[in-house]
Parts: sequence; structure tokens; C-alpha cells
Amino acid sequence: MTADSVICVRDVRKLFGAQAVLDRVSLEVRRGEAVALLGANGAGKTTLLKIVGTAMRPTAGSASVAGRDCVRDAEAVRRLIGVVGHGAWVYDDLTADENLRFWTTLNGQPASADERAGALAAVDLDRAAGARVRTFSAGMKRRLALARLTLARPAALLLDEPFAGLDQRAKKWLEGYLEAFKGRGGALLMVTHSFGRELGVADRIAILAGGRIALDTSRAGLDPDDVPRLYAAHAEDGA
Amino acid sequence: MSFARRALVVAWKDLLVERRSKETLNALIFFALLLLFVFQFALGPDRERLAGVLPGVLWLGFILSGLLALGRTFLVEREHDCWEGLLLAPGDKSAVYLGKLAGNLALMAVVETLVLGLFVVFFDIDLARAFPGLVVVVALATLGLAAVGTLFAAMTAHVRAREVLFPVLLLPVQVPVLLAAVKATEALLAGEPLGAVAHWVKLLAAADVVYLAVGVLTFDAILEG
Repeated sequence: MTADSVICVRDVRKLFGAQAVLDRVSLEVRRGEAVALLGANGAGKTTLLKIVGTAMRPTAGSASVAGRDCVRDAEAVRRLIGVVGHGAWVYDDLTADENLRFWTTLNGQPASADERAGALAAVDLDRAAGARVRTFSAGMKRRLALARLTLARPAALLLDEPFAGLDQRAKKWLEGYLEAFKGRGGALLMVTHSFGRELGVADRIAILAGGRIALDTSRAGLDPDDVPRLYAAHAEDGA
Repeated sequence: MSFARRALVVAWKDLLVERRSKETLNALIFFALLLLFVFQFALGPDRERLAGVLPGVLWLGFILSGLLALGRTFLVEREHDCWEGLLLAPGDKSAVYLGKLAGNLALMAVVETLVLGLFVVFFDIDLARAFPGLVVVVALATLGLAAVGTLFAAMTAHVRAREVLFPVLLLPVQVPVLLAAVKATEALLAGEPLGAVAHWVKLLAAADVVYLAVGVLTFDAILEG
């Protein structure tokens, strides 16, 4: 673990029954760095994200955020992370603004009406602030989930397919937001299946296959064609 | 302050979602009406027979509608993939428990008021004298029922056969509350004052304290799974 390490995963194993989904996985994300976690379906990407996010306990090994252990000090870790998982965490019968009000208050960081309006405007949902989420498309729900992130001040972001379902404008906004987050020293671990512009945010690429990190490399110097080639060589062979 | 605020926002959210969707309330009102119709036809107009079974019938209505309402407590979190959000929210998880409990109590209060009103109409009974005492007994028993029900609803939220498991777990634990509530209601409807059923009221209050304490202390572990 280096001095500027924010997310640190050490020899993590996760068994579901007799099957090892993660087998001695180690990974590090430093301050101001983004790591894209790639892998085939069932490779254990989301499981690893859940372990770092304190939603799941590892069978063996350890994970920490800013030096706080994700099992022993889960409460402290939860104050340090921002999570957007598979689900958008939105209630259909509340409005977009009410959803933000609920989550920010529950998270102990209540946001003012102006702050919530600003967050909704950032993801282009300001005109839908008073509309019930039931009327939203999947992409709009995703944007609302991202608006929730902007109201917190996490040290690390854990994102599962953050660009999925977003239109081009929202993708561009998210890229800008994530770059700014990194610029403030934040650490970003994101799961993705895409080799497109999503990877532009990533400084490093890690490929999970067969329960292990099959490749952990800097993205700098890689050509656009290199990632699919590396993925095919490591993820598909190792799966 | 933050703890109370977090508990309140959970209750606010649950009640707002229920007010707009009316999913649980509509089912409960329909169920209560059906139950009263069945009892009315089964018991007939025999006043003497009615007086003997009325406390049991009243509580059967409360319990069955309570089971329906409480069993759905965490359904909204499952349906909207929000369970993980509750789990990952930093801070004392018992605030979530107390918020959910407050939402359930408000919902059950609405349904019980309606059931009680319909009881008066359907069975032509005069509750004027027994009413203040009945309010105390119903409030204490409802708190006990909801305190355990909210906890068990969280425990069974991810279980496949939760509709079966939930009442199987809940009802045996509720025996002291049911016993005290039915006996106290029977005495109050027979015209006795609240002081005459003080021992049952104390049992209800003691059960409430125990159930609430268990709920507050164990909810964190249950949510963490």
C-alpha cells in the first residue's frame, strides 16, 4: 500500500458455497486516479465493488478505503464513499427532488432546496424536479442517481456501469464530473463492459478473470484497439 | 438531532409513497370490509353471542390487517432496489427501524380507526363508555405488534417464502400482547373501567418496552445480514 493509496484490496477471496468468485484479488486505487474494472459476466466485478463498498464481507483478505477497514470499520468507510450500483436507488412514487431530499437526509448530509436544484440541473433534470420518478426513463433514473452523488463529498467513488443508459449529453457531463472528482484527489473504481469513451476517464485498466486480476495496466500509451485485444487475451481466455 | 431527522425522513418517505400509491391502504380497507361482512353473516344478530366473541373478532381484524401491512414494510425497498442504499447509509441503523416503525404505526392507526368505526356500524355497539380505555389498549398493543412486525419484516425481506414465514415467526412472539389486548378489550366492552384492567395494560407496556429495545438493538445486525 502506497502513501497516497485510497482504495486498497489485499488478497481478497469470496466464496459462494464452494465456488470462489474472487481468489486472492489485490488492487489499489490512488488519490486522483480512476481504475476501470473489466471482465466477463460473473467474473466478480460487482462482488469486488460490493466488498469495497461494505455491502458484502470477504471470505478472506481485506479491503480498505482511506485506511479504514471495510469490515471492521464499515461505518467510517460508508462516510467516505459514494456508490452508484446496479439499482438507481430511487422511489417511483417520490419526485426527483424528494428522492434527493430523502437520501441526503438519511446519509446525514441534508441538502438545501438550492443545492438539490443545482444537482438536478447538473444532470439536466431541473425541469423534471417535481415529476414523479415513475414517469422517468431508465436513463433519467440513472441521471438522478448521479445527481445524488454530486451532493455528497466522498473520497472514493464506486460505480457499477455508470455510463449505462445515459444519452451523449449525460455521458459528457459524467466524464467532466469524474475528471473534476479526480482533480480534487478522489479515487474512482468503476466497473464497465464498454471499451468506448467510458474508458477515457480511466487511468488504469484491471481485468478480472477466473476470480483473479488477470491484467492491471496503465491506460496511458494504449491505442484504442489495444483494450479489446487485451480484454480478449485475458478476460475471455481466463473466464 | 441527526438521528431523529433520519428516522423522521424514513417515516415521511414511507407515508408519502403510501399516500400516493395507496397500495397497502387499499388492500387493507378492502380486507377489513370483507372480514366484517363475513363475521356479520357468521355471527348473526344474537346480542349475547356477539358480546362473547366481539373482543376476539375485533382483534382478529386488527391482527390480520396488521399482518398484511407489516409484511409489506420492506417490499418498497426491494421493489426499488433501495435495500442496499439503506444498508450503506452511514449512521445508526436503528433510525431506519424507528422510521419504518413510525410509518407502520401511522398506517395501522388509520386502518384500526376504520375497522373500529365499521365495527360500531356493523354490530351496532355503543363504544362511548369504553372508548378512552380502548384507545389506550389498542395503542399499546399496536405498538407491540408493529415493533416486532417491523423487525421480522426486515428479517424475512429476502426470504423466498416470506409470506408464510412472517406470520409463523410473528404470531408466537405476539402471544402476550394478544392475550392482554383481548382480555382488556373484553373487560372494557363489558363496561369495566380502565383501572380494572391495569394489570393487562402493564403487561402491554412491558412487552412494548422489551420489543422496542430488541428492535433498536438488533436491527443493525439484521440489515447487515
